[in-house]
Amino acid sequence: MSLAWLGILPFLLFSLLFLILPTMKIVVGSFQDSTGAFTLSNIVNLFQPSILAAYWISIRISLASAFLGCLIGFLVTWAFVLGGLPGWIRSPLLTFSGVASNFAGVPLAFAFLATFGRVGLVTLILRDWFGINIYALGFNLLSFGGLTLTYLFFQVPLAILIMTPALDGMRREWREAAAILGASGVQYWRMVAFPILWPSLLGTFALLFANSFGAVATAYALTGSSLSIVPILLFAQIRGDVLQDPHLGYALAFGMIVVTGIANGIYIWLRARSERWIK
Amino acid sequence: MKTNRIWSWLFVALAVLYFVLPLIGTLEFSMKMRRGTYSFDAYAAVLSDPRFQQTFTFSVLMALATIVVGVLLVVPTAYWVRLKLPQWRPFVEFITLLPLVIPPIVIVFGYIRLYNTSSWLPLTGSAMGTNILLMFGYVVLALPFMYRAVDTGLRAIDVRTMTEAAQSLGAGWVTILARIILPNVAVAVLSGAFLTFAIVIGEFVMAALLSRPAFGPYMQLLGANRAYEPAALAVIAFGITWLCMGLIQLVSRFSRIPNAGH
Repeated sequence: MSLAWLGILPFLLFSLLFLILPTMKIVVGSFQDSTGAFTLSNIVNLFQPSILAAYWISIRISLASAFLGCLIGFLVTWAFVLGGLPGWIRSPLLTFSGVASNFAGVPLAFAFLATFGRVGLVTLILRDWFGINIYALGFNLLSFGGLTLTYLFFQVPLAILIMTPALDGMRREWREAAAILGASGVQYWRMVAFPILWPSLLGTFALLFANSFGAVATAYALTGSSLSIVPILLFAQIRGDVLQDPHLGYALAFGMIVVTGIANGIYIWLRARSERWIK
Repeated sequence: MKTNRIWSWLFVALAVLYFVLPLIGTLEFSMKMRRGTYSFDAYAAVLSDPRFQQTFTFSVLMALATIVVGVLLVVPTAYWVRLKLPQWRPFVEFITLLPLVIPPIVIVFGYIRLYNTSSWLPLTGSAMGTNILLMFGYVVLALPFMYRAVDTGLRAIDVRTMTEAAQSLGAGWVTILARIILPNVAVAVLSGAFLTFAIVIGEFVMAALLSRPAFGPYMQLLGANRAYEPAALAVIAFGITWLCMGLIQLVSRFSRIPNAGH
């Protein structure tokens, strides 16, 4: 029996104490009542209209910001990898993506309030120069659309960072081979490029989804607690037991793990598939 | 190909517009504190606020402690897994990726329930204990980035040969780690460290829920009560993030390992 595993004992102990056990505590707690006995009632209680609505708007924001993040990220990545742009543009774009994908949280909310808020720069320019009052047209930064617009600031750069290696792997020869066989541009994308790229596209989507689903700080700094998305509801619950049922709080957190777990499970599975192509 | 290039420029130009507008908007807004003219009053107000200085110092110290503990934890582990436990690799990697799956708010919720004053390890009972708990929380948040950076760095060197050479010269494990392995993955460690710094300095959820006087909760509080100072803070925070990423680029340029950070 080798004792070599003792070398990573500190790491195992650390992850047990500060990652695994705290998470297990939440998972177990969501299946217990206040006396500690097993129950499913916490999970059942999640299915009340106000909590379902919170999950639904969270999932919608995450889906929308992940989808748009992927789409815009793909178009931009395609533009500087394959679109014939000069080579110098690549490095600053990637550096900026590294910065912007980490510029989340409270300051991001401030930046968007200063830009798209009621007296923000873009709001005022549109109003004074073009006569368009976006707030009269129903735009509100503290809403589904506003939050999605804000989240794109870190979602798009993250998509660019993940997709660049995948698009770098697209060989020029494939396009030429398809052209020689008489394929049009649309046919090339539909029958060659897209089938190769779709696992990494969907994988990026899953990662972006989990990324925005767990985000608290931006939304909290932007909306306070006026927009009831799951992370903000959980934040309020941990601070002040707003649901008046501690174990329902556990179940709320457990639901978040389930959703991000599914998203990441899809990501891991698809990444394993997509990497078969990148030799 | 000509039309292709026009589309490419269009996409990039639109993206640049989307990303530059909030930065200009924030900068412009942060300088409007004095009526009718541009000034740096908001910056002066922020920088002279004693709570800014306190919380910022707290978060800087927190980030440095996180980096030290993170390096001490990750470098020996990644080294040992490469040298002796290759069969454990998928398992260890899986654990280091878990913080990307489990939202930070859930992890800190678990801390509050697990380490409260009536538990076996009452870390939240004292200010120092809570600080340590928060620091461990940050190490967990940094784990995916730190581990990947160090592991990529280790891939570029011949760990086994270096270890055997050092051993045959009589070096012990501590000497090998501190004087052979660490200097050879210094670039990767620095990349991970700057990324960790950028994450920790503005972190909000964990600090707020553990009630620590950190920079993130301070920013949030200021945002709820003031108009122009938050914009100034956003500019400062963006500058710090930019500085960290710039330093990653800079140290990466001195190494053979391309892109150790991501």
